[in-house]
Amino acid sequence: MKIHEYQAKEILRKYGVATPNSIACFTVDEAVAAAEKLGGSLWAVKAQIYAGGRGKGGGVKVAKTIEEVRQHAAAILNMTLVTHQTGPHGQTVHRLLIEQGIDISKEFYVGLVVDRSNQRVCLMASSEGGMDIEQVAASTPEKIHKVLIDPMTGLADPEVDDISRKIGITDSCIIEARELLKALYRAFDETDASLAEINPLTMTGDGHIIALDAKMSFDDNALFRHPEIVALRDLEEEDPEEIEAAKHDLSYISLDGNIGCLVNGAGLAMATMDIIKLFGGNPANFLDVGGGATAEKVTEAFKLMLHNPNLEAILINIFGGIMKCDVIAEGVVMAAKQVKLNVPLIVRLEGTNVKLGKKILAESGLPIISADNMADAAKKAVAAASGSKVDEE
Amino acid sequence: MSILINQHSRVMTQGITGKTGQFHTRMCRDYANGKNCFVAGVNPRKPGENFEGIPVYGTVQEAKQETGATVSVIYVPPPFAAAAIDEAVEAELDLVICITEGIPVRDMLRTRYNMQGRKTRLIGPNCPGIITPDEIKIGIMPGYIHKKGRIGVISRSGTLTYEAVAQLMEQGLGQSTCIGIGGDPVNGIKHLDAMKLFNDDDETDAVLMVGEIGGSDEEDCARWIKANMKKPVAGFIAGVTAPPGKRMGHAGAIISGGQGTAQEKLAVMEECGIRVTHNPAEMGSLLKSVLR
Repeated sequence: MKIHEYQAKEILRKYGVATPNSIACFTVDEAVAAAEKLGGSLWAVKAQIYAGGRGKGGGVKVAKTIEEVRQHAAAILNMTLVTHQTGPHGQTVHRLLIEQGIDISKEFYVGLVVDRSNQRVCLMASSEGGMDIEQVAASTPEKIHKVLIDPMTGLADPEVDDISRKIGITDSCIIEARELLKALYRAFDETDASLAEINPLTMTGDGHIIALDAKMSFDDNALFRHPEIVALRDLEEEDPEEIEAAKHDLSYISLDGNIGCLVNGAGLAMATMDIIKLFGGNPANFLDVGGGATAEKVTEAFKLMLHNPNLEAILINIFGGIMKCDVIAEGVVMAAKQVKLNVPLIVRLEGTNVKLGKKILAESGLPIISADNMADAAKKAVAAASGSKVDEE
Repeated sequence: MSILINQHSRVMTQGITGKTGQFHTRMCRDYANGKNCFVAGVNPRKPGENFEGIPVYGTVQEAKQETGATVSVIYVPPPFAAAAIDEAVEAELDLVICITEGIPVRDMLRTRYNMQGRKTRLIGPNCPGIITPDEIKIGIMPGYIHKKGRIGVISRSGTLTYEAVAQLMEQGLGQSTCIGIGGDPVNGIKHLDAMKLFNDDDETDAVLMVGEIGGSDEEDCARWIKANMKKPVAGFIAGVTAPPGKRMGHAGAIISGGQGTAQEKLAVMEECGIRVTHNPAEMGSLLKSVLR
């Protein structure tokens, strides 16, 4: 689960990470009032969306007067911000962060992630602050330094100080940097974060270390023990279909193709998307109905796929193990009747009770295209999807 | 010999009294030699009871002492599953298979840390389990789709593994052992560990390796294969069409920071001499084509 910058900063402040004073706002008037309350003569007006790359997309502006705060706030609020992380459709800005301006003398990057191959949390740091860290990693990997953190003892002072020096934090700031990085790790650990990133971390003109930006995301598997983080969820930032899917315990991701996929199991669902692509089609979604799909769940899955105006065909690929093919077939028949299916439906069943399942489909009277294996199913789905397109033209 | 488990393995179920634990213990007991293999259950609140004749003990240690079981399978709910693994490690079992899906990463980081230098091997979590066909199955896979043979199967998925097995069967190829290592980012046995075991197994002639996006386990395994593997390997990676930054069902199946793409994995595997396919319907026929 992701959260906004201002929410991440609130969490980090509680752990002792220094940040500029800032106030989150929902309207232009609130933004102006916030700037007046913060005082000073320099403010940053920052769009709050989950995606990164906000600055380049025009979502972060510096204001030198209250009037400029007003102008920038008016321009950014409700704008559709397109960044390399939002996709071409962009993301509408509903929230702003008004932040006190900071005198920056140097910028760094620091981030915490789970290093899968070493099975440790990894602190990454770089002298190249404010840049796209993926680009830094690709073009100048020697500028990224890492510490693998012992989960029992946490970050040790010597290793923090060492990495701070490596990225160019001056001796006078070493202790402040140490406190900040250790606080960042404590926050990461105690909130079950999957990512905590400060880019840039800044050294100010008067020699302080301050987190100018903050990005956090959290392990979905651990949200059950963090109601305070679940409460931060901003549903406007998430795909409505994916939210609806989660309510029914379906794993669903929208894609931009026209062939809906309903599959049991994440690996098989990905493989089904892949084979559609391989045969010249385009998957409209990833959808894993999981191990215990009931007729109700299948019905909900159909409804989700049918919300998509681009949908031209649906491919169901089920390998019944514990889940029996006849149960799935009954679910499909019930769902297809209930939702008034208006696109071709291709079904491939394999595994437990497959004969019974196929019989139920055949006797349902529904115009179902039956397939014998994955390749057959994909070919038929691609043909059906392009066929219905031709009809329209 | 098969790898890790055979008909002589003795298994306890942690979480035997829950709905999932009951259902799958029954299925496993009814498969091949299961009646002799599944000898104990563990539930700290129900010691002294039994599940359809299988005695339930309060601790893993006790179950091990009383029955000689050295393998455990875990169906404990996610908030308590890592602690269940810890208990099995503490009792020095040989092998733990954790089926539970949804364990917090932080819990698994600590559990894996505590496993350093210990004798216990872990399969999973969030995995279908492991089967040595016609001898023993430990996990949730449908037993009847398998047949004893000489192909090893390693996979991160559940149903995609069943698909791979079904394709092998269409080619008339049985399996020595099929192991599902699970879809979580922090897990026990990796592709590489299982590959080493198959390389040393006299009853395995070739290995089918089924991977997916996320992490670099498949690449690590491929590099080892290039330098060490004596047997042919065929492979498939799911998720060529997966968009970056989206978790594709499995907690571990996510392309992040430009890493863990299927294209990258397939390229490394090919460079290392592994025959790969982009077509998931061709896993079985590809494996057959690499047999010597």
